[in-house]
Amino acid sequence: MIRLSIPARQALSKLTLPVLVVASFGLMLLGKADTLLAERARMALNDGLAPIYAVLAGPLGAINAAVNEVDALWGMRAENARLREENEYLRRWQAIALALDAENARLKASLNWIPDPNASFVTARVVADAGGVYARAALLAVGPNHSVHKGEIALDERGLIGRVTEVGARTARVLLITDLNSRIPVIMETSRARAILVGTNGPRPRLLYWPEGVLPQEGERIVTSAEANAFPANLPIGTVRHSGSGVPEVEPFALLQRLEIVRIFDYGLGGVAPPEAPAKLTTGHH
Amino acid sequence: MARPYRFPGIRPRQTLGRRLDLAARGAGPSVCTILLMLLTQAPFGIPGQAVLLPAVTLASVWFWSVFYPAAMPPPAVFLMGVVFDLLGYLPLGVGVLTLLVAHGIAMRWRGFLTRQGFAMSWLAFQPIAMGAAALSWVLVSALTLRLIPPGPAVFQALLTGAFYPVLAIPLARTHRAIAAVDDE
Repeated sequence: MIRLSIPARQALSKLTLPVLVVASFGLMLLGKADTLLAERARMALNDGLAPIYAVLAGPLGAINAAVNEVDALWGMRAENARLREENEYLRRWQAIALALDAENARLKASLNWIPDPNASFVTARVVADAGGVYARAALLAVGPNHSVHKGEIALDERGLIGRVTEVGARTARVLLITDLNSRIPVIMETSRARAILVGTNGPRPRLLYWPEGVLPQEGERIVTSAEANAFPANLPIGTVRHSGSGVPEVEPFALLQRLEIVRIFDYGLGGVAPPEAPAKLTTGHH
Repeated sequence: MARPYRFPGIRPRQTLGRRLDLAARGAGPSVCTILLMLLTQAPFGIPGQAVLLPAVTLASVWFWSVFYPAAMPPPAVFLMGVVFDLLGYLPLGVGVLTLLVAHGIAMRWRGFLTRQGFAMSWLAFQPIAMGAAALSWVLVSALTLRLIPPGPAVFQALLTGAFYPVLAIPLARTHRAIAAVDDE
């Protein structure tokens, strides 16, 4: 240890804070210059923490389930009546869907339609929120020998949730469609008009850039478009809802607030690289 | 360094146990803060859980900087800032600067703050919570070259301010326990 006089040591200890403040600006510059650095450090930290969170998820999930159970018992009668009604309604729709499916298959057969390739998928558990205060993302535990790559598409049981943006040794980060940096080419199902779905960090992403003469209709279904080869066509995203000020927004089908199990599909698409993590300067075009 | 050894009888012997005790007391607050930060990321499934991380980190760094700065030296604050940036998905350096500024203010005000009651120290924390949220918001907006909606920052400021007693009351107990031994 270096021995210093007391005034020298006092002067030095007074200097520590300003020096570290300067160092924090240096760190900001470094984070800007080498965007991969923060990403690697983050994924390494996540790889270390994910097993702990996965273990914690058991008892915490049990507590949440118990709370939900009490809640469910409370509203069981009303829920039952609602489900009966919905079941009746869905049965009618099922008959229509089966008839349409059969007709569709006949038409495709007579057209020599090239079938869409079947996508392979893996199923992963969401272990943590990975967005912080200023982003919307989820951290998945994908196991040590996973085959998940950047740009693959994540869905829950209802619809699209986002794309894989960062992959670690045993974790993957999915940027949700509600994130500020999310841009997704979509098609409005009835008008077949194209638009871009833009995340706002709020619960409902916005529709932008639809063609002139078309207006997104309230309740219209929004699906992905195969444009730019980043997504396969016709993945369900949500329905149009006009906000108070008349801006068309999309209510996602996916339960983005309560993600538990997520499927990651590999459609073998190499179009546009996913948006970079929000901490970065450029959106990548590799 | 010659001075203390001129009167060897005044210092207690540096036994292993005592050294461990001192080390634990010095490092305890930093280690506990980092563990608490990691805990906020556990899958509790609370809506808006992301805001817990800045709330816990800022309150903890502020508390120890005011009441027991020996256990919260600037390098430790820097380290916590890096962990904060990584866990909170902030651009590198944003959390570091925010915490260092809060630490600096705490060091300047501590002469006044340590003589106040709990209500006053809670009140004094409010502008810190607001300032920290505002500073983070400005820095993130500047570093990502995009105006980020201010809603989350406002929520963060309010929750951080409101959350302070939840953390400060147990921390004050711990601090009293540590300080009591120090005063012996």
